[in-house]
Formats: sequence, structure tokens, C-alpha cells
Amino acid sequence: MSASTVGLRTSRPAYALFVLPFVVLYMLMLLWPLAKGVWISFHDHDLLSDDSFWVGLANYRELWDDEVFRQVVWNTIRFVGISTPIFVILSLMLALALNRPGRLATFLRATFFCASVFSVTLITLVWKLALMPERGLVAQAFGALGLPELPLLTSDSLALTTIALVTVWWIIGLPMILFLSALQQIPVDIYEAAALDNTPRWRVFTHITLPSLKRAIVLVALIEVIRQFQVFPQIMLMTNGGPNNTTRSIVQFTYEQAFMQLSLGYATAASQILLAIMLVGVSAQLWLERDRQGGAR
Amino acid sequence: MNPLLRRGALDRFVLVALTLLALTWMAPLLWVVALSFKPNEFLLRHTDVFLSPPYTLANYADILQTSAVFRWLGNSAAVALMQTVGVLVLSSLAGYGFARCEFPGRKWLFALVMFGLAVPAQSVFIPLHRLFSEWNLQNTLAGLALPGLAAPFGVYLMTQYFKAIPAELEEAAILDNASRFKTFLRVILPLTLPAQATLGIFTFLGSWNDYLWPLVIATQPDMYTLTRGLASTQTNFAQSEGLGFLMAQAVFAGVPALMLYLFFQRHLVTAVAGTGKS
Repeated sequence: MSASTVGLRTSRPAYALFVLPFVVLYMLMLLWPLAKGVWISFHDHDLLSDDSFWVGLANYRELWDDEVFRQVVWNTIRFVGISTPIFVILSLMLALALNRPGRLATFLRATFFCASVFSVTLITLVWKLALMPERGLVAQAFGALGLPELPLLTSDSLALTTIALVTVWWIIGLPMILFLSALQQIPVDIYEAAALDNTPRWRVFTHITLPSLKRAIVLVALIEVIRQFQVFPQIMLMTNGGPNNTTRSIVQFTYEQAFMQLSLGYATAASQILLAIMLVGVSAQLWLERDRQGGAR
Repeated sequence: MNPLLRRGALDRFVLVALTLLALTWMAPLLWVVALSFKPNEFLLRHTDVFLSPPYTLANYADILQTSAVFRWLGNSAAVALMQTVGVLVLSSLAGYGFARCEFPGRKWLFALVMFGLAVPAQSVFIPLHRLFSEWNLQNTLAGLALPGLAAPFGVYLMTQYFKAIPAELEEAAILDNASRFKTFLRVILPLTLPAQATLGIFTFLGSWNDYLWPLVIATQPDMYTLTRGLASTQTNFAQSEGLGFLMAQAVFAGVPALMLYLFFQRHLVTAVAGTGKS
């Protein structure tokens, strides 16, 4: 036994060959562009003339004073604020209701999950058709119910909420399944004990189910905050940032600054702000997950 | 007895309500599928008639003849396959190296790779695009596929998985004087098939559905992926080739992902649940 463990644990530089192919690509296509991005963000880099000079923190100061950027950050926070609670509550309710055996439940789980496998462009195409004025499915449904038609994608106050709801419709499957797996990890004997005591259902839910799900709820919320902070394609395709900039997101802003305004320094500075927010979010997520795994073992 | 009866009635009510919700949930998709079989001129006047004539396959015939979707489909398939195979190979090697081997700088290197988990593609795509243009990789399949190979998620997943495999198996092989690489290939790798499947499906779907990178790196329509190409037909929405054609395109684009989903459904669900347990 001791001889064999020595065999496994022998340190040899040659073993680094296992990780080398990945590490080279990782440094070349992730770490290097990351560093390059930080470097560019300290420059005034105009793509058209392709000249660049050092400006220090000027791009960041400019972002701070930029009305559009502030609006864009606010839109993104609002998008996260609208979508995350719906994601958490709706997927939790679906998971609670569908955590049962049987063909119908399996079919329903698949129904709510299946949109997640489609690409964002398919989702926006379907919803742009469904949300067409007059001829769209939603307009017709509103008409059939005798409700007035709402300018869901064209009004300042509704457009962002509409996109958030479409996003929930698209990818509710992931949080639902995370909750389902958390529910299945609750030991059955706790429920059996409660059933013997004739505990009312509502109390079982508030005293057993909900406390056991606390960590899953925090995790799902965090995952959705991270995912939704990076929102971009569905906004670009459904409203293109309008009306009146009320739906433009941070990622869309960086894309437009780089590829339409061609001001690379400014765009990468905005990217660094997104990155800083993401670093905080993902660190929190990893910390939580490590905690969970540690607890399970 | 009474609470049990009440529970049954409540359960039935919940299931009925959920079934209704599921039908509403699916309504936009069903609506698009149904209307994709209607003539374009008909759709100018009616979009509320599903299950009565006229029917037509003309919209699908138009896809075959006029549009570039087959070209895009081919590009998507090539890019997704390259990425999936590449990620599986690189992640397996690196995961094994990090989980099972000792070499100078291992811990430090692993921490560096794990840092990448917190770096979203959205925050590096601009400098990456600069690099790829310098390397003349714009509008190439390699340019589309390569960045996906640098994502550290697969390495994280495989490292966790390799760590969970009992060491005794490997020790026996090493006592037999088999080389480390042979041990990895013949003894350990076959045990990781479930994790390979999980990672493979995720990588394939992620690549298939990626939007941002194809948007910036493929500027010529014949190098679009299906996801990117489908966006280009949406921009001039009102004056496009007609609603039926758009709907048929949506259905056409959805079929591959849906088939993949149906085929791997059970696996995908356990994968999403993140049960790294074997």
C-alpha cells in the first residue's frame, strides 16, 4: 500500500504534459485577451485610424459621467431585479408541484424545460412573431379576452419587463431542475415522521421543505443574477436597446462601442466594469458550492 | 383518512392547473409550427386559424431553394463538433493531470485555471476579436471554434470527476509498470464516460446556441452559424419574405436542438442537476 501510494504521488515535470495543451490555449485565448483588454482600457484606441495613445483612467472617468452608460447600468440592474425573483419563485413553485413520479409529471417537466435547448435567435424570432401588433398571438389572446392591446415592446415602461418575461420563459428549466434535485436530497424519513404526527401540510412546507431548500434558493438566485447580468442578444434582437435606451444592457453597450463606434478603449473599459461585477458574483457562487460539497461529504 | 382525501383532491387540482399552464407555455411554439404550414398571402389576413385549410409546404420548399440555412446548418455542425471533441480531449487530459498527477507548480496552475471560471466570454470578446483578426482567423471555421476550447468549465468538471475515482485501480496498473499515459487511456478514461456525455452535451448545445462570438468573428453571410444567420433574417422584420417563411425557418432551426434534447433527455436532466455523483 505505501509503495503504491508513493508511485501515484511521485512528482515528475513530465506529468505537466497532461495539462499543457489546455493551459497553453487557456493562456492564449483567455488570460492574454483579458490582460490585453485591461491594457487597451487605459488607451484612447480608435479602430478607424488604428492609432492608440495612453490616457490613463480617462476612459473610466468618462464612463462615470456618461449619461448613456449610467442608463445602461441601471437597465441591466433593473433587468436582473425583474427577472431573478420571477426565476426563483416560479421555478421553485414548478419544482414543488412537479416533484412526483408519473408520466404526466415527466411530460410537464420536459415541457417547461425544453425551450432552454433552443438558441436565443429562435426564441426571439418566435416571440417577435407572437408579439406582433394585431396579428401576433399575444395581441389576439388579449383581444379574445376583451383586453386592450398593450405596446409590450414599444413602450418605455413595458419593454424591459417583456424581455425579462421572455427570458424567464426561455430558460426557466435550469433553476427548476436545480430545485428538483435539491428536493430529492431531502431525507424521506423527516417527511414520514411529520406524517405520523399528522403535521398539517403547510407546516411541513414551512418547517421542513423550505429550510432544507435555503441553500438551493440562494444558489439559484446567485446563478440567475450572474447569468442575467450578461444579458444581450435577446435585447439586441427584440428592441435593439430602445425605446429611448430603456432596454440597452452593459454587454450591448460594449459591443456597440467597439464594433459600431469603433472606440476600443472606451468599450474595453466598460467590459472591465462588467468583469469586476462578475468576479464578485462568481466568487460568491463558488464559495457557496464548495460549502455545499463540503457539507455533503 | 380525511387529510389524505383532501391531499388527493388538491394534488389533482394542481396537476390540472399545471397542465393548463404548460399548454399556455407552449402556445407560442405551437402557433409558429402551425402557421408555418400556411401560405404567406393567407397570413397577411389571418393568423388565428390553425387547424383548417389552406395548408402548404411552400414555406419549407422556399427554405430549400432560396435561403442559406443549409450552409449555416453545416457551419454550426462543424463548429459544434470541433468544439465538443476538442473540449472533451483537452478537459480529460487536463482534468486527469490536475486530479491525479504531481508536478511542480500544479496547485498554482490549477488556481490560475479556476480563476477563469469567473471570467465571462462577454468581458474578453473585444480583445479576443483583435487577436483573431491579427491571426487572420476572421470568417474561418477555426476562428469560430477555437475560443470555446479555452473555457475552463470542462477542466473543473473533469478534475472533480477524476478525483472521485478510487485510486486503487490506478495503483494496480502502475505496479504493473504501465506508463502513466497508458493507465489514463486504458484504465481511468473508460470510467469517465458519464461525465464525458454530460460535458459533451453541454458543450455541443452551448456552441450551437452561441450568439455573441459568431456575431463578431463571422462577418460574411456564408460563414454564419445557424444561430447567427437566423438573427440576420430578423432585422428587417416587416419587409421580409413573409411570415410563413420566417416561421418555417424557426421550425427548421429548432429541429436539430430538439432532436438532440429528446435523444439525450434523461441524461441532460441529470447533468443539469449537477449530480457529480457516479
